[in-house]
Amino acid sequence: MKLTGAQALIKSLEMESVEVVFGLPGGCILPAYDPILDSSIRHVLVRHEQGAGHMAEGYAHVTGRPGVAMVTSGPAATNLVTPLCDAYMDSVPMVAITGQVGRPMIGTDAFQECDTVGITRSVTKHNELVMDPAELPLIIRQAFHLATTGRPGPVLVDVPKDVLQAEIDWWWPTDAELAASLPGYKPTTKGHPRQIKEAARLIAAAERPVIYAGGGLLKSRAADELRALAESEGIPVVTTLMARGVFPDDHPLCLGMPGMHGNYTAIMALQQADLLIALGTRFDDRVTGRVGDFAPGAKVVHVDIDPAELGKIRRPDVPIVGDVRLVTAAIGEALRALRDAADDGGDRPDRTPWRATISGWQERFPLHYDPHVEGDALKPQAVMQALRDAATDETILVSGVGQHQMWASQYWRFNQPYTWVNSGGLGTMGFAVPAAIGAKVGRPDRTVWAVDGDGCFQMTAQELVTASAERIPVKVAILNNAYLGMVRQWQEMFYEERYSEVYLSPDLPDFVRWAEAMGCVGIRVEHPEEVQPAIDKANAVDDRPVVIDFRTDAREKVFPMVPAGASNDEVLVHPSQAPGGERFVQ
Amino acid sequence: MSRPRHQTLSVLVENRSGVLARVSSLFARRGYNIISLAVAPTDDAAFSRITIVIDIETTSVEQITKQLFKLVHVVKITELDPDEAVERELLLATVAAAGPARSEVVELVGLFDGRIEDVGHAAVTVMAFGHPSRLDDLEDLLRPYGITDLQRTGRVALPRLERSAPRPRLSSLQGAS
Repeated sequence: MKLTGAQALIKSLEMESVEVVFGLPGGCILPAYDPILDSSIRHVLVRHEQGAGHMAEGYAHVTGRPGVAMVTSGPAATNLVTPLCDAYMDSVPMVAITGQVGRPMIGTDAFQECDTVGITRSVTKHNELVMDPAELPLIIRQAFHLATTGRPGPVLVDVPKDVLQAEIDWWWPTDAELAASLPGYKPTTKGHPRQIKEAARLIAAAERPVIYAGGGLLKSRAADELRALAESEGIPVVTTLMARGVFPDDHPLCLGMPGMHGNYTAIMALQQADLLIALGTRFDDRVTGRVGDFAPGAKVVHVDIDPAELGKIRRPDVPIVGDVRLVTAAIGEALRALRDAADDGGDRPDRTPWRATISGWQERFPLHYDPHVEGDALKPQAVMQALRDAATDETILVSGVGQHQMWASQYWRFNQPYTWVNSGGLGTMGFAVPAAIGAKVGRPDRTVWAVDGDGCFQMTAQELVTASAERIPVKVAILNNAYLGMVRQWQEMFYEERYSEVYLSPDLPDFVRWAEAMGCVGIRVEHPEEVQPAIDKANAVDDRPVVIDFRTDAREKVFPMVPAGASNDEVLVHPSQAPGGERFVQ
Repeated sequence: MSRPRHQTLSVLVENRSGVLARVSSLFARRGYNIISLAVAPTDDAAFSRITIVIDIETTSVEQITKQLFKLVHVVKITELDPDEAVERELLLATVAAAGPARSEVVELVGLFDGRIEDVGHAAVTVMAFGHPSRLDDLEDLLRPYGITDLQRTGRVALPRLERSAPRPRLSSLQGAS
């Protein structure tokens, strides 16, 4: 069968069971947009290419399937760099297809030419420039294979216009041909049996163990295995920002989020543990604080599919390379075998004191904010709680980056995996609106709320036009404090309240009129009694997007906080919980 | 002259365009230092071998090796300890050698099993190959005469062969994730 390169490209996407492509056409990718008309694949026309990338990410986060973005060459490709880097940092499976100038024009500084593979090399798991039209189906198959296996990540395929126009004999590579085409790619999925036994031995002997659960558990769909391991041994679990939802917040063993803005108990449990069971996580600086002082008395079992993460930051006592779902299950089995082999189990360590210490922290240092005072703006934390109370466990929450992101993670109750979508590693402001649209496309059966800051919202709000046009009814809660709130917090705490370039104005733009201009329902909320009716109204709308402009108190800071570069032991709790004021002295 | 502590990596890669750029940009992106680098095809046209000498004063070999493995086109990496490898390099130098100096330079190069490759009015171009440290010595000895041009290839290396019954000496890893 003869096909054009463009037809082969779209057919390859169909072979990979792609159901939706987020994109925007232009000169070099034009040929690929013709066969889209005849394809079963849905195309969502974005307003800016960055939106296409984040939509693909949001889709991938909630479905586990690779998100696909397709854009043209030059500026369109450079507009994808941020989402590619975001997906790379957070290990999000994604395939990006970019147009490129025709092969004879490459290197001539042609119109809309840029070195896309050169520019995106360090922000993709892999990328390829297709120079032989006959290789197109193989390269697309490789891209999906690479994006979704091993440590997932973004893969970019750059396709010159004349490759799209060339005629090829259609073929679809077999599994064997695929494997033979990637001689250097063999991810290790099964953990080493001896290491697994050693991990089980350490766990069985630990008096103060903690499971340090990371986003890799979500990527490998290991929520059940994690829960089985935690429950069988009664081990408390902290869930990092990327892992929220992998273990239910309502579970008695769940300690919530650790790290810079984690809760006191989660931070201290890691600090004082004698064993960290680190699953699918990478000892990010936002979790560890000053690395030399992180969990100083703990031995470490570290499981990750990426060998480079083992020992990158903290040298593990038991490193295990493998798929964290398989390895977690195997550790559970090894523990059972160990228990069966023991005569009476009488030499098991007594973990009662550890449980008592943890519940003591929980009682003494719950998350806290001062209640609303008549006449003041809304408390952002109270808005988050009201949104949460009106949601179900199935509701998907998407956030941008900053204070609102931390409050979202702190005050939501995540009880199901794949209900939390955010930009963790790269910290991409503007992520929420497009990622929420992608999430809603992937899970149209779910209510999708984006919680956003007023700063973030202004970076990518134009995608609400896409959402209106494509009838993708997402809901956006802007916590509008008229500031770049997190930067303001740092300037208040660490720059003697010298506020530099952080004020944005609550009224400019007028978020309600802007929302309405983009085809959304716009609602403004200034008083506590308006909060619930506004949320109820938003939840009742399902034929268009809704934007609520919550006017919140700019003075609110995110607590607890471990100042950048400090030890986790120097965590600042809310001032009202720390007699004598803030404990941290710089 | 003190040289940084180094290790040689012999990296088998797919022979595809851009593979050297992938390797070198990985080193740049992660702040690893390359002391020398040589690339050449292997006996199989599908693969090339990159011999990289890396500075291991500041970064662990283990982390560099693991990050390199993540490149899809990297097929195999062998870590060659300098004590357990045959390392060779080639040196070309143009040395000022007029009058009596010329015979001294010729004699010196002869001691290092080198050759005179080109002779000019007041200079000669010499060639020598051998272990990099031996070439360092030759370079030091030629410097007083005046080196006007110097080109070294960077080293290539292969593991030293076993003289007794085989036992594992080289750590060899395979596969990327």
